[in-house]
Amino acid sequence: MMTLPAVEVLRPGSVAEAVELLRDKPGARVLAGGTDIVPNLKYGMYETQHLVALRGLSKELRYVREEDDFVKLGALCSIDQLSREASMLPALADACAQIAGPQLRRMGTLGGNLCLDTRCVYINQTYFWRSALGFCLKKDGTLCHVVKGGKRCVAAASNDTAPVLLALGASVRLVSPRGERILPLRDFYLQDGVHNTVLQSDELLVEVRVPVRARSLKQAFGKLRMRAAIDFPALNLAVALEVAQGAVKSVALCVSAIAARPALIRGLEDLAGRPADARVAEELARRAQKQCKPLTNIGVDPEWRREVLPVLVRRTVSRALQD
Amino acid sequence: MRKTELIKLFVNGEEHSLAVPVQRTLLEALRYDLGLIGSKQGCDKGDCGACTVLARPRQGSGRGEPILSCITLAADAQDLAVTTIEGLAGPQGLDVVQRAFVDCGALQCGFCQPGMMLSARALLDNCPKPSLPQIKEALSGNLCRCTGYSQIYQAVQVAAGMRKPSARAPVQAERAAPSDSVAHPVKEIVP
Ligand SMILES: Cc1cc2nc3c(=O)[nH]c(=O)nc-3n(C[C@H](O)[C@H](O)[C@H](O)COP(=O)(O)OP(=O)(O)OC[C@H]3O[C@@H](n4cnc5c(N)ncnc54)[C@H](O)[C@@H]3O)c2cc1C
Ligand code: SF4
Ligand code: FES
Ligand code: FES
Repeated sequence: MMTLPAVEVLRPGSVAEAVELLRDKPGARVLAGGTDIVPNLKYGMYETQHLVALRGLSKELRYVREEDDFVKLGALCSIDQLSREASMLPALADACAQIAGPQLRRMGTLGGNLCLDTRCVYINQTYFWRSALGFCLKKDGTLCHVVKGGKRCVAAASNDTAPVLLALGASVRLVSPRGERILPLRDFYLQDGVHNTVLQSDELLVEVRVPVRARSLKQAFGKLRMRAAIDFPALNLAVALEVAQGAVKSVALCVSAIAARPALIRGLEDLAGRPADARVAEELARRAQKQCKPLTNIGVDPEWRREVLPVLVRRTVSRALQD
Repeated sequence: MRKTELIKLFVNGEEHSLAVPVQRTLLEALRYDLGLIGSKQGCDKGDCGACTVLARPRQGSGRGEPILSCITLAADAQDLAVTTIEGLAGPQGLDVVQRAFVDCGALQCGFCQPGMMLSARALLDNCPKPSLPQIKEALSGNLCRCTGYSQIYQAVQVAAGMRKPSARAPVQAERAAPSDSVAHPVKEIVP
């Protein structure tokens, strides 16, 4: 039995009301599907007395529509809904279909997935467990058990929609009591496992926008997990290629479940003009392996994950090129 | 901050008003406030599916979708209509899913069963003649430590009217003798 600390659920009926509550109740946190924040609250990971529940905003924030050259996805779309309705972005639909298990996909939302807290074997544990180890940087402690002597938490971004949406060049619309801003998703994540987004405490992610041109990109999502259901990724990645007359025009590759920030693989511009074939897949695999260092933050052997990474990249790129 | 709160839950077709601690989960409210102990408390953190219930918006129709009550806050479930395993049987008795699980011997300890049967019910409500991969997918969020799943998949197919239970009847348990009439020969313990 894992009881929750005392937290009061506030139930606003509009986005405006929700962000005012976030501003007026210091320490308040957003409760969307609750599939991440509730277990974390049970682990004693947050000092909060108020949860601002978004269920009442479903009508306002649950939509998939095309408008002004964007596919717009409301933050409260459920993961299950996107696995069916986001078929114009096949890599996103595929990633959603592989998140957690069926019940969690019905409960979990897109907004909650993008704002998922980072994960680590030393933090997603009960307070008692963590206390026995003297806690760690992310909460209640002063050192990191993953990087000895490390001053920065490297808990892993574990959201499966993030690499896809990064590879597809998505942006997010954020609303606060001060107004709204639209940010490219690549500027949304930070390299800090304690808080890995630029989201402010009174800000709500309300919409994801994917440029319509992403529909014509060759794309695929790849995930390594221990069981074919329920488990978080041990590695996840997405690739999106623009191909014309059999040649690569542009390519984006994003690898995650490694550190706090999903990694867009750098320096791929020179691949433009190469034939879109197995050799490009091989080259992307080589570069991804060079830039990504799996750590012990995820309870799956880092050596193995390091070896599997290029294989997963190669297979995912080949799948993208086939479809 | 308030410590307790008055909430309204709509469960198995009835509305209940409850005074609960603000942090009550739906599972705790079902089990400890409403006495509906059919929903099981397994991991209590979203991994195992033992606490699965069906839920839909109150205005909707049907039984809804499977969700995990251990990570749903009771206060946040007030707009939902919830069906638990206690609400699955109808006036005619057991639901076909429940009957099929019995007929196929699809349970051992039984701990996973309420969640398993509700996930199966939700599948059949949406898809009356599912394929085996669809059945496996629909039940993939319900862990069972005993059965090895194959009898469970079979039970869903039986419930869907797609096959008969396998010819071999479940083991016929012999009626046990009352324990006080069993002769326990006293063993001599040699010092
Ligand atoms: C057993 C298990 C397995 C899982 N497996 C996976 C997996 O394989 N892949 C995966 O990606 N995820 C997985 N998850 C995590 C989770 O179910 C999903 O990521 C889900 O999409 C989270 O959405 P939510 O609405 O439930 O988030 P919540 O728990 O409601 O919120 C998550 C965080 O985001 C914040 N937040 C939510 N919505 C907003 C918003 N609109 N604006 C600002 N902040 C917001 C919350 O304050 C909270 O900090 C798993 C969870 C469990 C329990
Ligand atoms: S990476 Fe280090 S600081 Fe961060 S959660 Fe893990 S052990 Fe704690
Ligand atoms: S009790 Fe295990 S998922 Fe709810
Ligand atoms: S019958 Fe024992 S857990 Fe499924």
